[in-house]
Amino acid sequence: MASFITRRLIAAFFVLLAATFVMYMLTWAAVDPLRDLREGNAPNKAQLIEARSNLLDLDVPVFFRYFLWLAGVGKCFIGQCDFGTSIQGLPITTLLSQAIGSTIQLVTVAQILAIILGIIVGITTALRQYSGYDYVVTFFSFLFFSLPIFWVAVLLKQFVAIGFNDWLGSPEIAIPVIIGLTVLSGFFWFSVVGGSPKRRWASFAVGAAAAAALLFYFNAVDWFSTPFIGPVGVVLTAVAAAFGVTAVSVGLKDRKALIAALVTAGLGIVAYFPMYYFLSAYMTLPIFVGLAVLTVVVGAVIGFLLGGKDKAASARTSAIVAFVVGGVVALDCHLYWWSAYVGSSRVGGRPIATVGSQTPNLGGNFWIQGIDTFTHLLLPTIAIILISFASLTRYTRASMLEVMNQDYIRTARSKGLTQRTVVVRHALRNAMIPITTIIALDIGALIGGAVITEFVFGWSGMGQLFQKGLNSQDPGPVMAFFVVTGLLAVVFNLVADLLYAALDPRIRVS
Amino acid sequence: MSEINLEQPGPGHTPGVVPDETSIEQRETQGLSQGQIVRKRFFRHRAAVVSMIVLAFVVLLAFTSVGLALPGIRIPGWWQWNWTETPELVDNGRPTLNLVPGPGFGIGVHPFGQDQVGHDIFAVVMRGAQQSLMIMVIVGVVGTVIGVLFGALAGFYRGWVDTVLMRFTDVIITIPYIVVGAVVGRAVGGLGAALLGIFLGLFSWMGLARLVRGEFLSLREREFVDAARVSGASDRRIIFKHILPNSVGVIIVAATLLMASAILAETALSFLGYGVRFPDTSLGLIISENQAAFATRPWLFWWPGLFIIIIALCVNFIGDGLRDAFDPRQKKMPSPKALARAAAKKASKAFSKPATS
Repeated sequence: MASFITRRLIAAFFVLLAATFVMYMLTWAAVDPLRDLREGNAPNKAQLIEARSNLLDLDVPVFFRYFLWLAGVGKCFIGQCDFGTSIQGLPITTLLSQAIGSTIQLVTVAQILAIILGIIVGITTALRQYSGYDYVVTFFSFLFFSLPIFWVAVLLKQFVAIGFNDWLGSPEIAIPVIIGLTVLSGFFWFSVVGGSPKRRWASFAVGAAAAAALLFYFNAVDWFSTPFIGPVGVVLTAVAAAFGVTAVSVGLKDRKALIAALVTAGLGIVAYFPMYYFLSAYMTLPIFVGLAVLTVVVGAVIGFLLGGKDKAASARTSAIVAFVVGGVVALDCHLYWWSAYVGSSRVGGRPIATVGSQTPNLGGNFWIQGIDTFTHLLLPTIAIILISFASLTRYTRASMLEVMNQDYIRTARSKGLTQRTVVVRHALRNAMIPITTIIALDIGALIGGAVITEFVFGWSGMGQLFQKGLNSQDPGPVMAFFVVTGLLAVVFNLVADLLYAALDPRIRVS
Repeated sequence: MSEINLEQPGPGHTPGVVPDETSIEQRETQGLSQGQIVRKRFFRHRAAVVSMIVLAFVVLLAFTSVGLALPGIRIPGWWQWNWTETPELVDNGRPTLNLVPGPGFGIGVHPFGQDQVGHDIFAVVMRGAQQSLMIMVIVGVVGTVIGVLFGALAGFYRGWVDTVLMRFTDVIITIPYIVVGAVVGRAVGGLGAALLGIFLGLFSWMGLARLVRGEFLSLREREFVDAARVSGASDRRIIFKHILPNSVGVIIVAATLLMASAILAETALSFLGYGVRFPDTSLGLIISENQAAFATRPWLFWWPGLFIIIIALCVNFIGDGLRDAFDPRQKKMPSPKALARAAAKKASKAFSKPATS
């Protein structure tokens, strides 16, 4: 294994080296950093050209200039990166470090959500193959797959941002919308729940009624002006999470795991009150992250101590429940500040932003900053999710179908195992092997794909660095962008290979 | 599967009469050629067939309506405007297309509307669709030819040829497509759509090469290749006459999906300003030029977007249909409902026409 990794690392290094060479030649063929000076008519034109030539080493032939550039980049190994300077003379390392954080913030949330959604929908469509739900999802994933992201972005700005902000002026859900959402929710549950027609129509009725009740409740309490979850909401979601997560992961028959999950949920509910009324005023990012980790750890410990035979599964279940309850509590703390955020002079009652990554000079506490990040991330996140969700759903569905048709699944069924055990324990684990590698490759290609998203949403990250560099005939930022994306692609390629070898014992690395 | 076969009268039960409700897989003994099986399976995929008809209609519409502009020659189309004319604004450029029966029904003077200068948007969108379709096909052809060539050589000869070609593939695949597309487009975008297509094609063959290599690696070990070799066939003959036809399924499917991604990449590049440039036009460029006018003239934005989606969606569905048609493992059994329906139909037929055989 060690020699395999070493050999792959060496190969990856040379591949990256060759790729940077190709890109360097292409970039210098495409841009002409002296053009604006040559076409301009500044009085000291000759000196300006001379200065920039010195700055960018233009007197060295491009082939040798690559090695000068490479020497600078190579200093990264000793901690002194030097990507050269832009045509204005700014060091590119500074520009890069600003851009990288912004892009990572943009793509991480979107990618995580797309992965969770894509896998869940992929699995459910595979389990209900050739149902109405399957056909609807298949059609929409093909549609999303064929959508140009820049076109979607303009639509999102117009209808989600501007439309929603207008609607927030007097937020009342219209009756036709309620009817539509009710039917949609009923259809979803009808399709996802299997079994006899009677059981499915019952789930249709329950799903539709729940949606209708919720929407009428929102209207009644004017929820969208002053959104809240409240103690009742927290209790309801916590108990539902305890039952739901247990039912899917270990089954409700495992009483000890269920009790552990319920105890975790109860502890979360108890912690809600001091959190909401007292602690939330002192929140900072390190405390927030610390509390999140603490929540999950406490959940895992409770699950481990109270669990029955399979302590690890019980610990996992309770940790997930703890995470969900913690998330709901954090959400309610954010919602508490929502009307303050919307009413602030900088936001002016139009919360969903169409461009940029934050409201300038907003101020406010941790929660208000959190809402601000959320409102800016919303549109680009939806756009990215729509596109990556489509391929993830298709892959998960295909992989799951392939596994569900295997002989060992039939064996598991004929032993009399429940559907849950067969799907979650036998099928899902093997179906996830190819998906894991696909996700690893996706992440490697993520930043390169974010160029268009950043452009349309005015997000000042890596993509904009690349684009501005290309437009202003500046090769430095273009190459810096490429080094980062190329490095990510190579590294995650390697990760994908290693994951595959680690997850699938049939693959022998030699 | 066997259960169903027992209930259905098997092929050959009544010689010469094909029971029309059995699936193609159940008629394997009929001796259909590979091409016939693939064609029949493809035509069974309803979405793919509809997509093919729609795509054919779009291609026909785009190329006949405003005609062609080849270097030196200008072939006019049947539409009254072309994409460079600026007729007078009618009704502030609002689209005149009206499909609601009643007064005003018909396509009118400017069915898709006009922009603020007066360009007829139908003509502009048709020209844009022409350009995007052309780039899509060129990228597909160039990418497929290079990919097949590299994959075939690497998979057939293995050894150092394989190492060199596949390491080269690794190098190019490291560069994100949109990045290399932007840099290349920046350099050659102004030189016309055909050249842009060729250059984009030069950087889009990598996935296909890997697939073809895999096919060749497994097919070259098969007996029919050994048989060809001992009967004295040259390497070239083995590659092109024996192995390549056997991997055509993989190639066609991959090429279709390559084209679907090519049209999205081209429109995105044109949108960013690195693709087709003014004075010519492409679907991405129309959207980019008019995105600020969404509030006042939304039709400038709807029509080009709609055409991008139609083309990409059709090509994706055709690719899906082809994949099903070429995949020997795909055995779609009719659902219990369909079987019952077929049985009922047969029973009623037998009742009305008892003496056919």
